[in-house]
Amino acid sequence: MTDPAPPDTGATRAEGGAGRRRWRRLVRRYRSGLLGLPLVCAVLATAVLAARLAPSPPLEMNAGQELQPPLGRFLLGSDEFGRDLLSRILFGARISLVIGVTSVMIGTMLGGTAGVAAGFLGGRTETAVLRLADCLLSFPPLILGIAVATILGPGAMNAAVAVGIVTIPTFARLAWTSVLGEKTKDYVRAIESLGASGARIVGRHILPNVMGVLLVQMTIAMAQAVLLEASLSFLGLGTQPPNPSWGGMLNDSRAFLREAPWYGLFPGLALSLLLLGLNLTADSLRDLMDPHTRIR
Amino acid sequence: MTGYVLRRLGQAVPTVLLTTVLIFLILHLVPGDPAAVLAGSDAPPEVVEALRKEMGLDRSLPVQYVIWLGRVARGDLGVSYVSKFPVWTLILRRLPATLELTIAGLLVGIALGLPAGIVAAMCRGRLPDLFVTSSNALFLSIPNFWIGITFILAFALALNWLPPSGRVPFVESPLTALRFLLLPAFTLGMHIAAILARFSRTALLEVMNEPFIRTARAKGLTEWVVILRHGFANALLPVLTILGLQAGYLLGGAVVVESVFAWPGLGRLIVESIGNRDYTAVQGTLLVFVAMFMLVNLLTDLAYGWADPRIRLGRRRGA
Repeated sequence: MTDPAPPDTGATRAEGGAGRRRWRRLVRRYRSGLLGLPLVCAVLATAVLAARLAPSPPLEMNAGQELQPPLGRFLLGSDEFGRDLLSRILFGARISLVIGVTSVMIGTMLGGTAGVAAGFLGGRTETAVLRLADCLLSFPPLILGIAVATILGPGAMNAAVAVGIVTIPTFARLAWTSVLGEKTKDYVRAIESLGASGARIVGRHILPNVMGVLLVQMTIAMAQAVLLEASLSFLGLGTQPPNPSWGGMLNDSRAFLREAPWYGLFPGLALSLLLLGLNLTADSLRDLMDPHTRIR
Repeated sequence: MTGYVLRRLGQAVPTVLLTTVLIFLILHLVPGDPAAVLAGSDAPPEVVEALRKEMGLDRSLPVQYVIWLGRVARGDLGVSYVSKFPVWTLILRRLPATLELTIAGLLVGIALGLPAGIVAAMCRGRLPDLFVTSSNALFLSIPNFWIGITFILAFALALNWLPPSGRVPFVESPLTALRFLLLPAFTLGMHIAAILARFSRTALLEVMNEPFIRTARAKGLTEWVVILRHGFANALLPVLTILGLQAGYLLGGAVVVESVFAWPGLGRLIVESIGNRDYTAVQGTLLVFVAMFMLVNLLTDLAYGWADPRIRLGRRRGA
């Protein structure tokens, strides 16, 4: 099937050239996002469709089929209990994304709210919020995650809370600086002089203007959260066996690297692809939001 | 400069105190009564009660905090629930391994990252640049424990070049020690290398647009001299700042990398202690990690103030 050729007029050719140039410029500028977003979408799709795509249930053990190599009965091989690795990796995507989204929500809600309050109210609220944020920032991120996971005990949802707490100070500080920047602008002064309440000024006017920055931070935090959850699970402090999480699978694989190298490869590959996708998307979003790089 | 140092230290005091409160509370937030854990599961209640009194657990929390802080200031981090050794002894035994790993990781990062960044900036838009920038994106995303596992698979199991795990102290046999150190150090250093390469490339490209570079070129200097003596020397400061910011990654990364390679450092200590519910050891190790992190941050800030008079004189950005 061929498309009918467009009428060959000079005008359309010039337009087409300009359009193509525009496209090429867009593609070049957002190259990383064009690579990253499909990766993220692919992982998202596998997470949603895990139950349909997986050849077998992720917890199903097969006696006598332990540590089978790939391309046999199991496409990606099997683990030490004869469980299908592909199915476990597909369901692992679900855990990774759910914990990632949950923790970023916790970070945005608590950190963002505290930061907006600090920026708008100033005074004691500001001092308290910033001091607390500084205090959380004085822990290396993973160490803070470990500390919170120790208090809460191991488990997937506890890991989500731990990771969420790690992301709080960044959101708080970011929301604080953004609100400070907006607060003194003329449009806020104008609404103020019209007698609008504080809640209305923040909710209807300031918040929509700082949302963009927070959105970029959410994608960055998402990559950070997925990595932190995997690290905690790798250390045995996150998602607990037999539930399939990529970090936990990599931890289990260490005992069998000699007999079953694929066991240590595939879950890490899945995790790296998701992280690469998230990082590239975040890079592009940041470029999109930052007028400094957009002009260049 | 003295004024700036004192001001910066003064600013740190409330944060340090608040952080110690959090670390102190960990022992009280974890499930289980510390006295009962220390006494053992079959200890009679009188013994537990006596132990509780001895540990000061019957006093109010603020009093306990002040007592604990006083002990910490004197270097007493308590006694391990499990091994009954002083926690400080356990930490001192593990600290050299962690310092060795983090310093080696940092050196690997610098040795790989800086040249890569310089080459990428010099060949902007050409093949080497593309190679460096795409490797950066890759190594910034791949989690270090997976880098470690693939390194073990490739260099230890498939090629049999290096040992897959363990550590030999440098004083015993430097050469063997180095063989054990290489894989963990590279695993930890790849991320630093990627960040350094990315930032030194950008910093160098920015500096190369400055008029003094044109002057240097006009004097007839060779391109290498222009880049290294004039360009790189001026791009170094922002790169150093970025390096200071990596302390958090290095310490957290060490915990994970130590787990991958069975490296007997502080990271193993904290993970093992959590597994054994040895919460005094967890608390002590956390304190040491946070103290190291804060110290590096402080030194970075001071170095920055020393290099940039605007910060030293307390003028805020944008003011």
